This record gives sequence, C-alpha cells and structure tokens, in this order.
Amino acid sequence: MSILHTINKSPFERNALESCLKFASDGSAVLLFEDGVYAALQGTAVEPHVSGALGRLKVYVLGPDLQARGFSAERIIEGISVVDYAGFVDLAAENGKVQAWL
Amino acid sequence: MSEVVKKFMYLNRKAPYGTIYAWEALEVVLIGAAFDQDVSVMFLDDGVFQLTKGQDTKAIGMKNFSPTFRTLGDYEVKKIYVDRASLEARGLTEDDLVEIAWEDFETEEEIENIVEVVDSARVSELMNESDAIFSF
Repeated sequence: MSILHTINKSPFERNALESCLKFASDGSAVLLFEDGVYAALQGTAVEPHVSGALGRLKVYVLGPDLQARGFSAERIIEGISVVDYAGFVDLAAENGKVQAWL
Repeated sequence: MSEVVKKFMYLNRKAPYGTIYAWEALEVVLIGAAFDQDVSVMFLDDGVFQLTKGQDTKAIGMKNFSPTFRTLGDYEVKKIYVDRASLEARGLTEDDLVEIAWEDFETEEEIENIVEVVDSARVSELMNESDAIFSF
C-alpha cells in the first residue's frame, strides 16, 4: 500500500525532511506544506538532498503555502509539482496511508 | 521619555505563519517602540523568511503581517539587521527582501532602506552591545 508522506516543518530548523527522505520507500509521494515548503526552493543548503530523492520519490508542494511565504512556482526545484488544496485531497485519497512527519 | 535609554535587540529566528512567533515578535516590537529605547531588530536563521517580498496569505486564511514590517521605520525602529549566512543557506539574496524606509519627521532626515545585511561576526558584536535581547 502506497504512502503519502507529509512534511510541515522547515528543513533548516527540524529534521523531519531528513528522516522522511531516509525512511520513505521508493515510489512514495511526499507533500511539502506549511513551513515544509522551504525545502522545495532552489539554491538552498538542502536542495541537494531533495533533488537527490526526486528520482525515487514523487515530491509535491502546496501552492497556497508557497504563495503566503512570497515564493512563486519559478523558485521551485525542477521536478517538484505544485498542487492546490484539492490536489492535497487527491494525494491523500490516492495513497492508502498518510504519514505525517511532524 | 525615560531617563535611561537601553539597547534592546529583538531576535527573530522563526519563519512566518508556521508558528505564532514571528507575529508575536512584531507585536512586541511595536509595543516596545512606545518606550523610547534604542531598538534593533535582528533576523537570523529561518527568521530571514519573515522579510521576503510578495507574501500573499489569501489562500491560507491567515493575516498577512508582512506589510507591517514596512511601517517599522515610522515607529522609530532605525536598525534592522539580517544575517548574510542565513540568507545564503536559504537560497535568498538581498533582492528577495522588503525594503524598509525611515524618516525623522522633525529633521526630515530620510533613509531609503534600513535593512542591513551583515556577516556573522557583526551579528555577534551587535548581540554583545545589547543591554537586553528578546528572543522569538
């Protein structure tokens, strides 16, 4: 059964992203939201970790949370998809389980 | 005007919206401004995200408090510092940050932008020079 992993903490302050990338199995979906959206930005200290995981995980970022923080889709690492709230619901429905990395 | 003027530093290390810290810090800065102290505001670590331009919170249903930063100059806050290393680790440059103007209404002295990007040694020096540091 596939898992949707959600991350809502900043990768610069907590290790939620790091642990998620370590334990999420190939083919899983990862959704970055709230302060987790900072992990999707280009040119950050964590970009290599996120880019490195794109080949084996599907990574999504919540558009409204990006917009709230002043970033447009152009600032996002290539290969990450921007979704809206309906997209978040679809991801939760498509995947059998949701694992929240709080 | 109180007799003794102290150097107050407000230290911001949290990103906006994910927690209440950033908003609370701004409230305290605005309240503190009424006491005629020597105030500086420091943005460090994830705190630098508080100053990004173009924040639009309509879709998350929260108050967008970023325009309030631009009024700090009107509350006699003249010193706003941003740690350069924190910006760099987050893929940001000075161009990503809001500009905050300052004006002395009596002397008409004006400063276009009081946001100053400083290196870590200067951050440390500024902390040492402060009489009190309020952490958020």
